[in-house]
Amino acid sequence: MTATEILFWFLSALALFSALMVLVSKNPVHSVLWLIVVFFSISGHYILLNAQFLAIVNLIVYAGAIMVLFLFVIMLMNLNNSTEPQKNSLVKLAGVVAGCLLLTVFVSAVRSAQEIKDSQALMNTGDIGLIENLGKVLFRDYVIPFELSSILFLSAMVGAVVIGKKE
Amino acid sequence: MIHLLTVDWLLLLEKLILIVIVVMASLVIAMYETYAERKIAAFMQDRIGPNRAGPLGLLQPLADGGKLFFKEEIIPNHSNKILFILGPSLAMLTAMITSAVIPWSGDINLFGRTVSLQIADVNIGILYVFAVVSLGVYGIMIGGWSSNNKFSLLAALRGASQVISYELAMGLSLIAVLMITQTLSLKEIVEQQMASHWNILYQPLAFIIFFTCALAECNRTPFDLPEAESELNMGYHQEYSSMKLGFYLFAEYVNMFISSAIVVTLFFGGYDIPFLDEAAHADWGNWLALAGLVCFMLKIGFFIFLFMWIRWTVPRFRYDQLMDLGWKKLIPLALANMVITGAVILWMNK
Amino acid sequence: MNSFVYLLDTVVTGNSADYVPIGIQIIFAAGFVATVMIATHLLGPKRKTAEKLENFASGIESHGNARQPLAIKYFLVAILFVLFDVEVIFFYPYAVNFKSLGWYGFIEVLLFVCFFLTGFIYIIKKGALKWED
Repeated sequence: MTATEILFWFLSALALFSALMVLVSKNPVHSVLWLIVVFFSISGHYILLNAQFLAIVNLIVYAGAIMVLFLFVIMLMNLNNSTEPQKNSLVKLAGVVAGCLLLTVFVSAVRSAQEIKDSQALMNTGDIGLIENLGKVLFRDYVIPFELSSILFLSAMVGAVVIGKKE
Repeated sequence: MIHLLTVDWLLLLEKLILIVIVVMASLVIAMYETYAERKIAAFMQDRIGPNRAGPLGLLQPLADGGKLFFKEEIIPNHSNKILFILGPSLAMLTAMITSAVIPWSGDINLFGRTVSLQIADVNIGILYVFAVVSLGVYGIMIGGWSSNNKFSLLAALRGASQVISYELAMGLSLIAVLMITQTLSLKEIVEQQMASHWNILYQPLAFIIFFTCALAECNRTPFDLPEAESELNMGYHQEYSSMKLGFYLFAEYVNMFISSAIVVTLFFGGYDIPFLDEAAHADWGNWLALAGLVCFMLKIGFFIFLFMWIRWTVPRFRYDQLMDLGWKKLIPLALANMVITGAVILWMNK
Repeated sequence: MNSFVYLLDTVVTGNSADYVPIGIQIIFAAGFVATVMIATHLLGPKRKTAEKLENFASGIESHGNARQPLAIKYFLVAILFVLFDVEVIFFYPYAVNFKSLGWYGFIEVLLFVCFFLTGFIYIIKKGALKWED
């Protein structure tokens, strides 16, 4: 095993464990913190793939901005009467079955996808993930999606203000 | 089988020593910043300041720090225990890891090896700083919320809103600088400034916006709303005692040191020695690197003094004024600066 | 495929091995923080009384606790921050390639900034950032 592989397995295990903890935690603030750990381990994966810009943006946007928003939302809620209504066991069973079915679909889809089987992840090599090259591609080949995203932002701003400023 | 033999152990050891030195030095500097703050405050208010512990009161920070270790640790009954401990730990942790990308000086030669005085010269250097700064908000929020005290909660929300608001203007103001440097690596930014002029000459407006935001990010006066004692008793760390309180207070001083270092790196040439052509004196070897380091520290010292000078000169903003300044003034100003810089550079290059 | 740590001794800028020292620093800082936390826990005296462990409310008896809904203004600031933050991030790859993209890239970004400003002016006109009602 090389050091890259050790790191890969460590980060994968960390990501899965923290993702589980997000679901298991009773306290919503704990869930948010575990989710931040998930983002950190995913950023670690990005760095292994030499996608440095993506790794750091993942931290800035997800861990640094969206999770702050989540914390604000949790603090806005009234957590005193946090007695979650007990769902009956039939609903729980239905949830488990649906979850397992979804997992089966995903696994079989991945297994049958020839492209994924044939391709191998490039560790440490390749420099498309560096900010210079990413910028060139974004501003030369993907100009239209880039401009469209600004319209998307505009609509999101309008939405936020309309919801937040309801008279 | 693990190929441990392929590891460059010497490089790893070198980095480890550098990390220990940098982290410990930033802690010691932060300690003496508290002393400097008190002495400067005393000077400005025509007092004497601490003068009992050791000569000139120089041992005062040690006494203050040592005292905090021996104070009773109080965790209020209604608080969330784990988060209560996590809050100050996160605040301190984020303060301690920002220094990783700062180039302290040029390369030195030790025992035939070329040693870089930068922990990690990463491709996205300045974005790493932003990532860590954006994580700094958790220390405030978690600490304030877990205390389960209304004053703390209010202060934490204020603090978090303030920090995230000024992060935007900070990020935008830098774009204009990066348009000139064309790189995010802090080492390259310094080397470019050594070869030509300091960035402050090209981007004075960006510097003013950046420095204002740095004040707000460090919760320094006039932006110390999260600690506004006249309205909020003490702020988000109201329920804290012992070294947990110490961490919150200490993190502020470490942040002040690091943000001064970043301001110097981006706008004032980093370890560049003014009026000296470093390339012509390469034969000075390690002495040149040492002189650069001293120069860097002196520049940082000036900015730390500026932080303190502002604190004892400018009164605190009202909260609506603070939000207005961040959103309605600094963001449009930074955006305009970016567009004008871009147009001017393109027009000059044709 | 090269091993991760092997790359440490080849001085190439812009590969993942650059991040190893950052990882070490994070571990070192976390260790330091944990040590100090444990030390202060062990060193301090422990004389707990019921009143001491109550939340401080300036000497007045506290009513309820701090787990209450709060003003929506903070939420609005946070959601606008997320949107603006993502837009600011888009400028970084542009700034790095600014000179090679020339006027063509500049017009693109100008258009982006126009949309950004439209949203910004809308927010201000709607009073979403007005702190005093």
